[in-house]
Amino acid sequence: MENTKKRYWRGIEELKNEPDFVKNAHREFGDAPSADAKGGEIFDGTDSNRRDFLKVLGFGVSAVSLAACQAPVKNTIPYLNKPDDVEPTIANWYASTYIDGGDCSPILVKTREGRPVKIEGNGVFNTALSARVHASLLSLYDNEKLKSPQIAGKPADWKAVDGEIMAGLAKIAAAGGQIRIVSNTIVSPTTKKVIGDFISKYPTAKHITYDANSLSGLITANGGILPNYNFANAKTIVSVGADFLGTWISPAIFSSQWAKNRKLDSSKEGNKQMSRHYQFETIMSTTGANADYRATYKPSQEGLVVAALYNAVAAKVGGTTISSPAVKVENIEKAATDLVASKGASLVVSGSNDAEVQKVVVAINSLLGAYGSTITSGSSLNYRQGDDASMSSFISEVKSGQVGAVIFYNANPVYNHPKGAELGEALSKVALTISTNDRADETGILCKYNTPDSHYLESWNDAEPQSGTYSFSQPTISTIFLTRQAQSSLLKWAGQNADYAAYLAANWSSKLSGGYSAWSKALNDGVVQMTPSSSFNVPQTGLQDAIASIAKNYKSSDKLELAIYEKVGMGTGSQANNPWLQEFPEPVSKACWANYATVSLATAKKLGLAQEVELDTLEVEVSIDGKSVKLPFLVQPGQADDTVAIAIGYGRTKAGKSADGVGVNIYPFASFVNGNISFSNVGNVQVKATGEQAQIARTQTHNTVMAREAVVQETVLSEYQKNVKAGRYEPTILTAEGKKSAMDVSLWNGHKYNNHHWGMVIDLNSCTGCGSCVVSCTSENNVPVVGRQEVINRREMHWLRIDRYYSSDAQAEDLSGLEKASANPEVVFQPMLCQHCNNAPCETVCPVLATTHSTEGLNQMTYNRCIGTRYCANNCPYKVRRFNWFRYFQTDDFDFNLNNDLGRMVLNPDVTVRSRGVMEKCSFCVQRIQAGKLEAKKEKRRPKDGEIITACAQSCPTNAITFGDKNDPESAISKILAIEKEGRAFGVIEEINVSPNISYLVKVRNKDRAAVKEEAKVEHKEHS
Amino acid sequence: MIIMKRLKNIILSALFTAFAFTSVNAQDVAEGEQIFKNNCGACHNTSDEALVGPGLKGIQQRRSVDWIVKWVHNPQAVIASGDKYAVELYNKYNKAQMTAYPNYTEGQIKSVLAYIDAQAAPPAAAAGAAPVAGGSAAPAGETNGGMMQYILLGLLGVMVLVLVALLSIVTSLSKLANSDAVTESGEKVSFLTKLADSGKKIAGNGAFKTGAALLVTLLIGKATIDAAYGIGMHQGYAPKQPIAFSHKLHAGEYQINCNYCHTGVYRGKGANVPSANICMNCHNVIKRESPEIQKVYKAIEKDEPIEWVRVHNLPDLAYFNHAQHTNVGGLECKSCHGEIEKMEVVEQRSSLTMGWCIDCHRKTNVNSEGNAYYDKLVEVHNKDNREPLKVQNIGGLECSKCHY
Repeated sequence: MENTKKRYWRGIEELKNEPDFVKNAHREFGDAPSADAKGGEIFDGTDSNRRDFLKVLGFGVSAVSLAACQAPVKNTIPYLNKPDDVEPTIANWYASTYIDGGDCSPILVKTREGRPVKIEGNGVFNTALSARVHASLLSLYDNEKLKSPQIAGKPADWKAVDGEIMAGLAKIAAAGGQIRIVSNTIVSPTTKKVIGDFISKYPTAKHITYDANSLSGLITANGGILPNYNFANAKTIVSVGADFLGTWISPAIFSSQWAKNRKLDSSKEGNKQMSRHYQFETIMSTTGANADYRATYKPSQEGLVVAALYNAVAAKVGGTTISSPAVKVENIEKAATDLVASKGASLVVSGSNDAEVQKVVVAINSLLGAYGSTITSGSSLNYRQGDDASMSSFISEVKSGQVGAVIFYNANPVYNHPKGAELGEALSKVALTISTNDRADETGILCKYNTPDSHYLESWNDAEPQSGTYSFSQPTISTIFLTRQAQSSLLKWAGQNADYAAYLAANWSSKLSGGYSAWSKALNDGVVQMTPSSSFNVPQTGLQDAIASIAKNYKSSDKLELAIYEKVGMGTGSQANNPWLQEFPEPVSKACWANYATVSLATAKKLGLAQEVELDTLEVEVSIDGKSVKLPFLVQPGQADDTVAIAIGYGRTKAGKSADGVGVNIYPFASFVNGNISFSNVGNVQVKATGEQAQIARTQTHNTVMAREAVVQETVLSEYQKNVKAGRYEPTILTAEGKKSAMDVSLWNGHKYNNHHWGMVIDLNSCTGCGSCVVSCTSENNVPVVGRQEVINRREMHWLRIDRYYSSDAQAEDLSGLEKASANPEVVFQPMLCQHCNNAPCETVCPVLATTHSTEGLNQMTYNRCIGTRYCANNCPYKVRRFNWFRYFQTDDFDFNLNNDLGRMVLNPDVTVRSRGVMEKCSFCVQRIQAGKLEAKKEKRRPKDGEIITACAQSCPTNAITFGDKNDPESAISKILAIEKEGRAFGVIEEINVSPNISYLVKVRNKDRAAVKEEAKVEHKEHS
Repeated sequence: MIIMKRLKNIILSALFTAFAFTSVNAQDVAEGEQIFKNNCGACHNTSDEALVGPGLKGIQQRRSVDWIVKWVHNPQAVIASGDKYAVELYNKYNKAQMTAYPNYTEGQIKSVLAYIDAQAAPPAAAAGAAPVAGGSAAPAGETNGGMMQYILLGLLGVMVLVLVALLSIVTSLSKLANSDAVTESGEKVSFLTKLADSGKKIAGNGAFKTGAALLVTLLIGKATIDAAYGIGMHQGYAPKQPIAFSHKLHAGEYQINCNYCHTGVYRGKGANVPSANICMNCHNVIKRESPEIQKVYKAIEKDEPIEWVRVHNLPDLAYFNHAQHTNVGGLECKSCHGEIEKMEVVEQRSSLTMGWCIDCHRKTNVNSEGNAYYDKLVEVHNKDNREPLKVQNIGGLECSKCHY
């Protein structure tokens, strides 16, 4: 009930109130850029004089008079022979499958006039999609892919390329030379069959599979498969370094499972139980940020933590304990107690790539009875199949000149393998080198033949993400460039009919009962479930040996160690040339457009690095055994002390304009443990400042909350169980009639909504901050990419941002404690978008009525009326309005997708592209509302709940966002609000009573903190 | 008086019986009409006149319903089965295949037959059976300039009156002055000189000068504003098209339903310019030799699409959806496009300005009849309003209905 007065801070600089921060905190848009920044003065108006004004005026007058003379003739060009199922201006949806290396998701593709414009989850399977899947749409329209096959860097035609390659292969095969196909994980069973056909034609051929983010050790420990985890069944989850909500295996699906046990209901009989999640990790990952309990370890302790956890669990359930070196990490004992308490509904996962560590994890899960409950038996996941050992031996084969021909099948090991540089140098020893990569990337450029594969949206394919579940791809657009599916290429080179579509159809028509018509139906649905063929046994492990190996390989030290991690948006860097992903702020650090070295505050002090202020920081040089990289450093609260962490996926050199030279490549710094790649390095890590200033583009400290309370409200489970309003801050105002709720005092008469009243509820308890909604919104609403410099200038355009607040562990009464940064802060994610206030402050200040209120509760923004005074942005308490400082399309200064004809194909034709000088913001996807209403009207009925849904709500993997009509008593949102109005629902900054149409639900942590709190309260009472 | 009353009763009861009689099948007939106009009308008449195919009047007397259903679903199969009537028909009409419509149910085909019969029946019954045109759309509003012009004309009139009044005052004043002069000199000044004199005096008058300057400024201002309003407005725009397609012939004379070619008009945002294959539905048989139709053939042969010139252009910032207006609102095409069926070359009849849109949204009643979407809205509206529910009452003037 009472205000917790907990202090939230968005960055160290906010907490410490550095003078530089304070100076900028009040300005929404930061400093005006200097004259040499992008754009001429004449256009941004910062330094224009009278002459400039006259020039612009003169130009304007003549342009208008010219325009008045004659209207340009516009043509309308219909089809010659219109396909039956295509009706211009009406969208078609096709089921397909996103495939990028081992990552794959069943999707639905929205096409307009024959071009894909949006990706959504395929409801038949699981609608959860990650930000990367949403962004992959833009990779289709990447202008820097290869436009035709190439021979030695020169464009060629397919016939010539095929002729030379087949002659080359025949020659090598005749001489008994070795042929290798190198790929990332292939999830497509039919593609594997094609490779099988190729190998039977060339028996010396061998297929090497590796993954940039390898899980080789996990696969080895589980008898050759990835276990099919089911977080939905888990009451206690312990993760040791596995970022399963952000990047590990299949994060979107894991998120949706995880969130099922985080949903609470404030009605009397409602569910008031939730899972408890422990995270042990080095960096502050998205998963760690969402955990109830979190503790840190150094990479050198990872194995020891797992061993200690095993021993703690074994001691409790009566298993054999095996002595292992002690490790001082918090919460292990507590985690073990909870795991054992919920035996049968407990799950332990580890992100380690060391098979010996994973064997211990398997043993823990066996002790806890996880197999058959939280690990689905009889089925496996297929997202990763890479084998580090065979890749390493392939590289040594190439180095020793034993390989005659190599085909890089959509794989870029020169960039994304730790030994990539060695491989790159040795490739000249291979007589025949072929790459099917979509561009002449780091590997492709070294190959003689580039035979570009088509984008997955242009391709036929199938995928088996988990055993027994098949997902199919069909082209949603004909090939844009002269590309050919890699499978067709392999078939051609194997001397078969080079038609993969026919091959696939034949394969499935024989596999599915029902023949070709069943195949057609499968394509239409996108997904087919069959009984999995593989049986799964709980792996037997040599536990003793495993722990011995751990004791040998993991030794706690106080030296500086390097942790390497994967970013939620950028991933392994395969889509690095995707501007949407480059501009996607990492959920925790809120940084984009580069990687950086993160260190904890204590470590920064130890290293003598001055605290960074906002975006300005120092460049550091991180070196290990002669290798070194220079990049900016960033203080990351919650990171293990004496570690420095750097993300993979950056430092591309041959990916394209958006990716090249952005950040540094850290793959070469990875080490090997037991033959597997380890994303850490415990060697001689040195970090020192180079003395150069550097900047990191972060969306973090923008739009501050101005120390207002009641922005984020949270509580712990035990308190919530006692009182559903726990943690709520309910502002009251003293009036002449006594104390009143702030929401009861208003100058306004309010609006009457006769028809619809659109609203949104965001459950802070389910939001993991994954950012799927951010990219989905970008895609749906034609949000422009502004680039690194403009993000630094605080001018990013995302309509929907996810605020991340760190909090301090100190009690509300402990004023000096609140000033201290916790080494391991709690984190809250809060999606922030236009709140569509009923008493909107922006509406009252617009001098031209460009922003007005609709009869359906929407706060409307009319671009063509806006004259750009920006009063509305200044008056918005949520700082969610975005100003078009420049024309972001067809402008060379913003050379991203909107600057070329192909890239503009991604635009949603139902949404206006905003021009320079106008304000924009979240519209609640009004185009979808209008379209949904029209569908209903055409069918002479009211819209059904769930039929009209915003892009963010549709893409949320955890269903944290509910959108709907508050006037419809049967809608999900009405039902939630009816219950939670007297429970967890609150409006952000309620006391100013702008009456937002978005309600948030209080975050509840499953922590035992109540006791401590009670004590503090008692003390407090005694004092007063 | 009594006779009148009786007459009225008789007429009323006659009308009632007519209505009761026809209303049994009204729904069927309406459905049939829709289907017929969208699909059959391009090739068949409801009279006994042959078009591409035979006239359909009395078809039910010639053939059984079963046969017709079979034929509609798959004419090729009927011909192939050696049915004598079918083969004769096929040969008679230049061996032109009728398009198969396998998706229409027997009921729907019967509705079409009912419609054909209704068309053939005496006009009174047919009129009763004709569906009530949906929507109570107001005719397209006049251009927003109309009112302004009247006001200006009025102002001009007032100005002229003022001028006349001033002139008469000046004249009478100078008469007074002149009468003195006459008595003094005894000379009679000619009328013309007098007029010139008074003219000079008026020209020299400060008030007049100001007035004239004001008038000129106002006129120039008005002309400028008019011209400025005209920028980007293309009312009356009738560009020459690459193929001299005549709406007058197709829509007017042959009464082909708009929807037959503009396939999106009830379904989508765009009405859509028809693809060449739609032309070919008829023109692979009819008028093949016409040079204009040869252009279509050539385009298909060369695989080069036809580049029609867009007549109606809306700026990108405005969202307009045909389905909302035609299907939901029940507007006739001509409400906005004018009498297309009389146009040899299509021209833009309406101004397509925002003022024009808004004007219509202010005046037009919502086509809420029988549409459950509006039921509650109408109920709420009628509680405190006598006026019918208009588009503006349901947010038809709001920005985000068209701009997003």
